[in-house]
Parts: sequence; C-alpha cells; structure tokens
Amino acid sequence: MRRFLQGVFAIYRKEMGQSLVSPVAYVVLGMFLLIGGLFYYTILTFYMERSLAAGMQAMQFGTPPEVDVPSMTINSLFGVLGQVALFLLPMVTMGVYAEERRRGTIELLMTSPVTDLQIVLGKYLASFSLFLILLLPTLAYHGVLFWKSDPRPPLGILLSGYLGLLLLGGAFLALGSFISSLTESQLIAAVVTFCVALVLWIVDIAGPGAGTTTGELFQYLSVLRHYEDFARGVVDTTSLVFFGSWIALGLFLTLRSLDSMRWRRA
Amino acid sequence: MIEVEHLTKRYGDTVAVEDISFRVERGEILGFLGPNGAGKTTTMRILTGYLPATAGTVRVAGFDVAEQSLEARRRIGYLPEQPPLYPEMTVTGYLDFVARIKGVPAAERRSRVDAAIAMTHLGEYRHELIKRLSRGYRQRVGLAQALVHDPEVVILDEPTVGLDPKQIIEVRHLIKKLRGSHTVILSTHILPEVSMTCDRVIIINKGRIAAVDTPANLTAQLRGGNLVWLELRGDRNGLEQTLRQIAGVRKVSVETLPDGGRMRVAVETEPGSDLRSRIVAAVVGRGWELYELRAVSLTLEEIFLRLTTEETEDTTRASEARA
Ligand SMILES: Nc1ncnc2c1ncn2[C@@H]1O[C@H](COP(=O)(O)OP(=O)(O)OP(=O)(O)O)[C@@H](O)[C@H]1O
Ligand SMILES: [Mg+2]
Repeated sequence: MRRFLQGVFAIYRKEMGQSLVSPVAYVVLGMFLLIGGLFYYTILTFYMERSLAAGMQAMQFGTPPEVDVPSMTINSLFGVLGQVALFLLPMVTMGVYAEERRRGTIELLMTSPVTDLQIVLGKYLASFSLFLILLLPTLAYHGVLFWKSDPRPPLGILLSGYLGLLLLGGAFLALGSFISSLTESQLIAAVVTFCVALVLWIVDIAGPGAGTTTGELFQYLSVLRHYEDFARGVVDTTSLVFFGSWIALGLFLTLRSLDSMRWRRA
Repeated sequence: MIEVEHLTKRYGDTVAVEDISFRVERGEILGFLGPNGAGKTTTMRILTGYLPATAGTVRVAGFDVAEQSLEARRRIGYLPEQPPLYPEMTVTGYLDFVARIKGVPAAERRSRVDAAIAMTHLGEYRHELIKRLSRGYRQRVGLAQALVHDPEVVILDEPTVGLDPKQIIEVRHLIKKLRGSHTVILSTHILPEVSMTCDRVIIINKGRIAAVDTPANLTAQLRGGNLVWLELRGDRNGLEQTLRQIAGVRKVSVETLPDGGRMRVAVETEPGSDLRSRIVAAVVGRGWELYELRAVSLTLEEIFLRLTTEETEDTTRASEARA
C-alpha cells in the first residue's frame, strides 16, 4: 500500500511540477480569473439594479421586495463558473497523456515499476488539484458577498454550489484524461473533449421533450440539469451518483486505454 | 539473467521478430547488431515489458516479463531509441522523478541521482533545463535515467546515437565499466562499437538471428581466409586462370576499371596462408603490370554485410572496395 501511494505521489508530483512551469496552466488561470471576475461583476451589478428597482417599486406600491440578491447572485455565478469550466478544463487535460505519447515518455512510464492505475490516479489527482487552484480566487467573490451583503447569503447554497462545481470539474477532467489518452495531439484532445462535454452539457435540449423514455434519458444525461440543482442548493442523490459514476467511468476507460495501448501497438 | 525463448512478434501481417532464442549471463555485455528494421527495438521493447510478445517467453532475473511484469521492470534500466525526456525539467529534477517511479528508497535517492550524474559526466549541467541541452547531452541524460536506480539489467537502444566521437568513447567506457556488475544489452549499427564493448554479439537480420558469438570468434570463423586485393593491367581471362592455379586460392573476382585495361582483383585465400609472394610471382611471370597489392582481413563490418545482405557480386565488391 505504501509503495502504491509512493508511486501515485511520484506521478502526481511530476505532473504538478510540470503544470507550475507550463504556460498553459497560467493562461487557463488567467482566463478563469478574467472571465469569472467579469461575469461576477456583471451579475452583481445586474441584481443590484434589479433590487434597487424592486425596492423603489415596493415604496411606491407597498409590496415587499421579492428579490433575494445574494442567493441569486450565487446561483448565477455558479452557472457561469460551470460554463467557464466547460471551456477551460479541456485545456487542463489535453496534454496529460497525449504529450507523453508524442514525446515517447510514455515508454518510460510504462516500463517503470508503476502500474497503470498508479499512473492514472497520479495524473487525475494532479489535474484535480490544478482545478482546485483555479477555484481558489472565486472564494474571494463569495467573501465579498458575505462581508457586504444584507441579508447574508445562505451558506447551504454556497456549499452545495461548490460541491456541484467540484463534481462537474472532476467529471470533465476524467473525460478529458480519457480523450487525451486516445491521441498524440493535444489540440485534438482539447477540441474533442470540449465538444463531447458541450454535447453532454446541453443534451436535454436535443432530446425529445419530457414524458417519453428517451426524453427522460436525455434529461438524465444532461450535465446542466444536475449541475443546476447543486447551484440552487439542492443536493440530490441522483446527481451525486451521476457525477460519481461519470468520474469512475472516465478513469476506468483511461485505464483500459493505457492497457490497450500496449496491444494496439501490437 | 535474461532468457529469451522462441520469441515472435508480429505487427499485423509484418513479422518483426521471428522465433528468437538467446540467453545473457549475469555481468555479460551483449551486442545486438543489425540493419534498419531488423527487429532490435522490437526485441528490446518486449524485454522491457513495453510491448507484449506474440509468442514465446522472456525472463529477466528469473521473472517473466509478461506474468511478473512489475518485478521484472524493477530490475531493468532502459534507454529507449528516443530518450524519454521532459524538456521543461532540470536534469536533477528529472532524475529524481525517475528514481521515484523506479522505487528508489527516499534515503538513497539523492546519492543515486548524484551517482548517475557523475557516471554520465553531467555535473556541469545538473541544474540546467533539459530543453537547453544539446542532443548529445540529452542522450547522456537518457543514459543516466537508465542507470539511476542501479538496475541489475541495463537495456540500451542505440546508446551512442547523436554523440560526438569524444562522447562516444566516453559512453563506451561507461558501458565497459558496467561489465561484471550489470547485465547489459545494447543495440547498434556501428560495428566497432560491438567489438569494443561487447562480450558477445547477436547479429539479427529480418527478425531472425543470423549469428551469435564473441566478436573475436565471429571475425575468425567467418573470415574463412584472407583477401588479397590487387590492381594490375593484363589479360582478363588469362588472369583468372593463372590465379586459380595457385594452391590455396579459393575465389577470384575481377572487375575492369574504367581507365582501359586496368583491373581490380580480389583473391580469397585459405585461412592461415600467405600467398602474396606467389601471387606476385605469377602476375609478374606473365609480364603483367602490377600497380598495387594489399592483404585484407575481413572486418566485422564485412562479416556483418555478408550475413545480412544477399551475396551479390556488387555488394561483395562494394565491401571489398571499402576495405
Ligand atoms: N508499431 C509498429 N507497427 C508496425 N510495424 C512496426 C512497428 N514497429 C516496428 N515495426 C516493424 O517491425 C520491424 C522491426 O522494427 P524495429 O524497430 O524493431 O527495427 P530496428 O532493428 O530497431 O531498426 P532500426 O535500426 O532502424 O532502429 C520493421 O519492419 C518495422 O517496420
Ligand atoms: Mg531500432
């Protein structure tokens, strides 16, 4: 067990080291900050104006203000963060295996005394850590909300929103790793990952309406639906299972892909 | 230390390696010699567990590379044809990573990395990024990588490719130092490399073993006699006849040179005989003009060519002319 973890850690450590000197990681971080911040600002001002208007209406007509600005801000913000993740995470995983294949370093990994599972876990945990680093600055947005807003935003929504975002990111990363293991080209890996993720994001629109069995299936497969639940503060077991099994499937397929790489060369 | 039995590897319809068997004893240095596409890399990849064999078994240090892959891999250091480097890492950082995945205990890691750096003379560049190193130095980092966990078995796929002559000598020196303590297999196209570094040579061609022996034996056994090479002016038909009549001559091949009348003649003679004076006597006795006479013993290069190419007049002559 100890040996197993040491192998995973060796891979993890190498991946992190490479990320920290890679321009891609910084571009992704920069874009995440920029887009996230921009939308945060837009959303916040939008709801503030609406609540001001609502407040004025209330003064005129005596109805109580019905806009819960902090909750709605958080809700919209998570919506945006999910979309940004959809766009940016394919870039985090594009090189994970494709680059090792292109450079031939996969030959080093696969002839070293580490198992495919250790390689897959080490790399996955590293890409997930990178995602966590990307998310760190978003805590500041919520910090501002907590500090300045009245009423305080409900902590529940915040926590479930982050849980949803982590699961969503984890799922995209697992998908991206698998796709990266299928090619030697980072570009192809990124584009295909993005397209597949996008299709899964909006698959319910494509499907027939609710009611029919296929309709239900498409709805179930829609990432957006599951994710929206979390962003609204609803932690649903179905959604947990959905993301959990997606991650597991992605990692399993990556493992199979590494294994078959030996045979495909055959 | 290494036992290969009836190893066969097919890529689809292409047979890359066909029914190869050989053993390498502990502490021995084995050279793998063969032309492009002979199956050297394929064999090495199977030995290191990177590729599965189509048929046959490979045991390294007693472990089957397919069944007990991890145990076998733990004991192998491998320099692939394309050195597996991460350009954005420093030399030390890279070797530290390799030491980790090879399972070197934390306490020994530093000293192992330092030892590998010292062995490959990389000290000056230890903190340099790999992408800033020249090709030759990268090749050394690749070598250091194969040695960093002090493996029992070292497998080197064309270790001296891309090095300058001085570095080639250093690397050969390094490989020789591994004799006794490590079991080494190296592949190469460069013949002197094999005679200089290896205890035994396997000549492999089109996926099959063409010959296995010590470099010295191989040369002696295949020499099968010496070659006397002359340049003269005379009458072609009479020449062949005259030379064939000398006792001890096995084969005469004549080539007419472009500048009218001059001929280049290769005379193959029985081993252990020196017929030079008799040849001279015969040629001069007929009144022909002799311009040059040279005795040549076949180099490993010619043996290699003889074993790996179909013997046509042209190739024979080409190799003779080169000698
Ligand atoms: N991945 C592959 N798919 C299909 N055929 C392959 C593959 N790798 C090698 N081959 C074929 O197998 C044969 C042996 O190739 P191999 O690379 O083992 O030769 P080699 O002796 O290392 O040659 P070189 O001296 O050029 O490195 C060649 O005919 C080659 O075309
Ligand atoms: Mg080769």
